[in-house]
Amino acid sequence: MTFKEQLVALMTIVRKEIRRFLRIWVQTLIPPAITIVLYFVIFGQLIGARIGDMAGFNYMQYIVPGLIMMSVITNSYGNVVSSFFSNKFQRCIEELMVSPTPEYIIIIGFVFGGVARGILVGSIVSVLALFFTDLSLFHAGVTFSIVILTAILFSLGGFINAIYANKFDDISIVPTFILTPLTYLGGVFYSIDMLPPFWRMVSKANPIVYMVNGFRYGILGISDVGIGVSYGMIIIFILGAYIWAYTLMRRGVGIRS
Amino acid sequence: MTIALSVNNLKKVFKGGVEALKGISFEVQKGDFMALLGPNGAGKSTTIGIISSLINKSGGSVHIFGHDIDTDFSVAKRHIGVVPQEFNFNQFENVGDILRAQAGYFGIDAATAAQRSEKYLRLLGLWEKRDEASRLLSGGMKRRLMIARALVHEPQLLILDEPTAGVDIELRRSMWDFLIEINRAGTTIILTTHYLEEAEQLCRTIAIIDHGDIVENTLMKDLLKKLDHETFVLDLGSGLDEGISLPGFETRLIDATTLEIDMTKDQSLNDIFASLSEQDIEVKSLRNKTNRLEELFIELVNGGQTSSKEKRS
Repeated sequence: MTFKEQLVALMTIVRKEIRRFLRIWVQTLIPPAITIVLYFVIFGQLIGARIGDMAGFNYMQYIVPGLIMMSVITNSYGNVVSSFFSNKFQRCIEELMVSPTPEYIIIIGFVFGGVARGILVGSIVSVLALFFTDLSLFHAGVTFSIVILTAILFSLGGFINAIYANKFDDISIVPTFILTPLTYLGGVFYSIDMLPPFWRMVSKANPIVYMVNGFRYGILGISDVGIGVSYGMIIIFILGAYIWAYTLMRRGVGIRS
Repeated sequence: MTIALSVNNLKKVFKGGVEALKGISFEVQKGDFMALLGPNGAGKSTTIGIISSLINKSGGSVHIFGHDIDTDFSVAKRHIGVVPQEFNFNQFENVGDILRAQAGYFGIDAATAAQRSEKYLRLLGLWEKRDEASRLLSGGMKRRLMIARALVHEPQLLILDEPTAGVDIELRRSMWDFLIEINRAGTTIILTTHYLEEAEQLCRTIAIIDHGDIVENTLMKDLLKKLDHETFVLDLGSGLDEGISLPGFETRLIDATTLEIDMTKDQSLNDIFASLSEQDIEVKSLRNKTNRLEELFIELVNGGQTSSKEKRS
């Protein structure tokens, strides 16, 4: 395929993915908004008022970046894992497999769909956050680049999960037992500097710590880890996840018998 | 003559050790209309799955118009259109979007994709349904949608895996007409079907696969010549009370007006008609008791089973 043809194939997948989550917006866009509003009300306003300041910001301001990032992570992941798995389940993935579309275009197409939903939900949540607290951007470039890289990483994660999944239960195991605990322990609601040295060290093995802190740096200008380290870790994880996904696709794992 | 499809020593062993293909080889000439027949589980769909990149092969090679599906997959895939046995389109998408997306996967720009979608939806009688969700189509319409989708990138080789399964006779015949038309226009077609009448009517060549082996691969007319006996059913004008005398032929009177006659290939229908005329017996109509290809098919496939049993014992 020529570059132009690959671009046509890529845009076809991206359009189809975006159309899919917009068609079912009641399932894809509204629930995360409601969930995050509940976090704002309960943790930010009711409990947060009793906690006091964190690193010079009130608790609501402190947790908002983490909550936005949490919605980006879960929605990027959820979009790709459910879309790719339902393509496998309905066998419409065969439409792509019989075509000359290269594997990397298929991966990038689904990842774009996940990033689009992650950013759209992140934007909705950010607008809702403005009803509860003042938000300003300390560094717009860092904010946007971290959110896009995070969405790419978790879209790839969703893609890998979908490849291995054989039944619908399999697409909820990783979000429930891995993603949610890592997100809650990723410094969304607290600074990892508050932890004892051992647990602080353990926390640094959690990739979400780097994303939440990188994003928090972009908005508030504070972070538990260096911003360069955040970028480095996210990019390493993206490369690892992409190579993993590409290898699985080349071998036809989960899609070719 | 250009070779549209070349399958060489193709092998497939599934997980668990099931040997679905034992090293089959066959070729399909450009412009041919070939029947790939075999009983359930013989290896037909596995062969098609490998050719269309839906199944990994365990050995051998496949070339489509000279392009290796492993090393030159991008070009090879452009030449091939596949209509699978099971519906495999998104049930929530509308008909037009399904075709335009498939064109997009082949790198066809939006304007051309829209033109082609309209062309094939009209040809297959689905244009009025273009904005409907595919799940709302009838079974026959879904089959036609899959044919339209397989043609939207205008492949030179079309593979149809039981395209008329569960389709009513009227629609089946209209599909036959359509396939004959596109074959005449130059598209090479490979068809798998359990309707042997369909294969006999449409196909010029035939390959029969059984237990993962090709047991026959020849011209349809040459295969039919191998049939050494046929049974004809004659509907007679007036009832017969007693037996009939047809020397040299084995006959059975089913009822007063229905006569079955067994014939070998060196016997002639003229002799039967002459003899019946002499006896003042009028023949109103004549038909084959069973489809000729069906008889041969059963013979070939049963032969295969016997030999494999013998091999095991």
